[in-house]
Amino acid sequence: MKQKLVLIGNGMAGVRTLEELLKIAPDLYDITVFGAEPYGNYNRIMLSPVLAGEKTIEDIMLNEKSWYDENNITLHTGKTITKIDRVKQLVIADDGTEEQYDRVLLATGSAPFILPVPGKELKGVVSFRDIHDVDAMLEVSKDNGHAVVIGGGLLGLEAANGLLQQGMKVTVVHLLDRLMEKQLDDASAAMLKESLEQRGINFMMQAETEAIIGHDKVEKIRFKDGTELYTDLVVMAVGIRPETTLAMSAGIHCARGVVVNDTMQTYDPRIYAVGECVEHRGQCYGLVAPLFEMGKVCANHLAQYGIGLYQGSVTSTKLKVTGIDLFSAGDFEGDESSEDLVYQDAASGVYRKLVIKDNKVLGAVMYGETIDGSWYFDLLRDQTDVSDIRKTILFGQSHLGDSGHGDEDRVAQMSDTAEICGCNGVCKGDIVEAITKNKLFTLEEVRAHTKASGSCGSCTGLVESVLAITVGGDYSVAPHLKPMCGCTDYTHDEVKAAIKANKLLSIPELIQFMEWKTPDGCNKCRPALNYYLVCTWPEEYSDDYQSRFINERAHANIQKDGTYSVIPRMWGGETNPQQLRAIADVAEKFDLPQIHVTGGQRIDLLGVKKEQLPLVWGDLSKAGFVSGHAYGKALRTVKTCVGQEWCRFGTQNSTKMGIELEEMTWGSWMPHKFKLAVSGCPRNCAEATIKDFGVVSVDSGWELHVGGNGGIKVRVTDFLANVKTPEEVMEYAAAFIQLYREDAHYLERTAPWIERVGLTFVKQKLLEDENGRKTLAERFHFSQTFSQDDPWAARAEGEDAHEFAPIHKIS
Amino acid sequence: MSKETNWTNIGKAEDIPKLGARVIQSSDGDIAVFRTSDDQYFALRDSCPHKQGPLSQGIISGTTVACPLHDWKISLDTGLAVAPDEGCAATFPLKNENGELFISIN
Repeated sequence: MKQKLVLIGNGMAGVRTLEELLKIAPDLYDITVFGAEPYGNYNRIMLSPVLAGEKTIEDIMLNEKSWYDENNITLHTGKTITKIDRVKQLVIADDGTEEQYDRVLLATGSAPFILPVPGKELKGVVSFRDIHDVDAMLEVSKDNGHAVVIGGGLLGLEAANGLLQQGMKVTVVHLLDRLMEKQLDDASAAMLKESLEQRGINFMMQAETEAIIGHDKVEKIRFKDGTELYTDLVVMAVGIRPETTLAMSAGIHCARGVVVNDTMQTYDPRIYAVGECVEHRGQCYGLVAPLFEMGKVCANHLAQYGIGLYQGSVTSTKLKVTGIDLFSAGDFEGDESSEDLVYQDAASGVYRKLVIKDNKVLGAVMYGETIDGSWYFDLLRDQTDVSDIRKTILFGQSHLGDSGHGDEDRVAQMSDTAEICGCNGVCKGDIVEAITKNKLFTLEEVRAHTKASGSCGSCTGLVESVLAITVGGDYSVAPHLKPMCGCTDYTHDEVKAAIKANKLLSIPELIQFMEWKTPDGCNKCRPALNYYLVCTWPEEYSDDYQSRFINERAHANIQKDGTYSVIPRMWGGETNPQQLRAIADVAEKFDLPQIHVTGGQRIDLLGVKKEQLPLVWGDLSKAGFVSGHAYGKALRTVKTCVGQEWCRFGTQNSTKMGIELEEMTWGSWMPHKFKLAVSGCPRNCAEATIKDFGVVSVDSGWELHVGGNGGIKVRVTDFLANVKTPEEVMEYAAAFIQLYREDAHYLERTAPWIERVGLTFVKQKLLEDENGRKTLAERFHFSQTFSQDDPWAARAEGEDAHEFAPIHKIS
Repeated sequence: MSKETNWTNIGKAEDIPKLGARVIQSSDGDIAVFRTSDDQYFALRDSCPHKQGPLSQGIISGTTVACPLHDWKISLDTGLAVAPDEGCAATFPLKNENGELFISIN
């Protein structure tokens, strides 16, 4: 017989937990849900836009009653559970309904705090918590009268804005002299106040309510200083508290909220709790992202998988008032030991402040433009060392050439046919529809359903903005430490450390040792694991063929029609008549449809059928060519200019330098593709300053530059050092490459890697530690002794023949 | 009208590497034959329902293959795309008799 699970509280946190549970254990429980409200589950965050008339109740419904039927869930709406009998394992509702349980999920949410003033029970005094409250406000607002909102916090201001939109004259009353004092500093709060005043909201600051006066309904409100205001509506938005009445009456340990451990279990092991009613490690949360993280962990334990811990959340806040962009996260006031970085442009209405301590972001407040909020939030959450970017950090990441992050106002105004994802041709309307239809809440879900931002990723910020305006503002749910993939909870760094510490020498061994959740891993983790093993144990590890992407198995680039492209190596971009003749012969002999010159100074032969590959390579090998590795997460090309030998501006023999660098580095596997260039003078014709490692010849020697990128996100290199001799160039290049190989995550180019670890880290390893640099270079050279075999020649002679030949032909 | 199953011997099971695939070339379009890590064998039309990518070239994990072109996941046993993607690659009956693989193509 199935066990019985009873959910108390039909809100976002509880139902989300059920959805997660149904995904992993659909048949484990008979589920019964009790909700005090007479509706299915709706998105409470979006009540503000409903009040403002921008959305309807239907728009914000998440689970209609039919959803409960489809999942065989018994739903009792309009029934409040008043008692949990833990001895008899029974819950009892206010109408007498009883339900037996094996497990209970408490998700009673929070209750609005009601000021204990005379007249608080009068008609026309409401809180702002549920659909009922919104209906009550909309009813009163029909007569376009006066409204007083008590509380100048997030909720109060959203209510005030909504009532203003409905045609009421609105006064916001606040106890302190600063609006949203938990999220804003003085400067940003003043800007917000001014902007709301311009819209027509009145403010009474430092005003304490004494009484609400009226006969059968509210007529006026009086303050401690004797002032009185006539009003038709009083909205109390002075805060919320976790709803623990039921839990306390059942004798379950509560502090501010229902106390849970990291598995979301209360002090009664049969009773779990999630959402706003919960207190976890002394924290209560009122935002959606943490509630969903809790739900995921809780579902896992309810499903008896026993994996996953909730370790608390760092949260950020955005105000959902159309036309006002505001962002706040962390400790935005700081103390004597912290410092403030401030950018203020009053005329444009832009303000941003970062609180920094020990070169780490402690908190952020932004007003006007919140385009970089998610970036600051990442820096805060990941505790990134920002000493390298201090000078530019206030100008935001978009300053660094990011085409992504869009501000929500702009995205909100885009038409449904505006293209968001240029790779996959996904328009705003498609994304909104997928979010609404499939109830999506995370970036990953939107990617899975629409493919938007799933290819090159440069529109990620825009997709997040669409998500934010469709479902509400605080869905920053990417965990602090990202697991490698769905097969494990370990991060890239943890996996790498384990490979080294435990001398793991194969993927099956690693998957078993680190308790992967899937038998074979997946197509995301296996190539990464294979790379980490190759990099850590170049001598001992034997490559796992089936864990490589097809291009690295076939040593050529798969094209959209299933044919391959072949790019032979041309050292430093140099070629000669004999090589060109050989390429021409191959193209004619195999009737190849197209020849293309690449951006890396190579020649690309397109349209090669897979069976032809070994034959093509055989002919190219005879002419002296080796694999160009244009298909791999590997050393790609070294681009050069003609240099001192020909050019009247050339300062060094840069072409020779490029060829020698390529001879040293070819064949090496990398976390991602890796490109070099050597220019003969600062005119930089080889475009060395947008390469992973760029060398620019100057009269006095060589300038070394690192971390450039010319692709998705253009990034100019960081200057690393000036060196005198070609030998030094080679040593620094080898050391830099090895540092990147050992430290970066798989599929992380040098540009994002350097932005993550900081240039200071790279400089410490390469400039300040001479021995360390030499050791890194030695490790690279050692690793190269195992990787500089030409894969093409081997396959032309029959290696991996099964890869290229069909098993059978049917005519 | 009943049709007798027509089995064609396509070669040895061991000639397909674990977690690998081989192709049967046919004038009606290629067929991919897959082998999982626990030695189950499956045959699918070598064409992803999305944009006709060659599934035989994908990475296999469990009983799914990831298409090499745009990373759609296709179930080897049913040919169905893994949700939320929608589509289907045709499947073919396959049997393993004493290490020899036979396929039925009608």
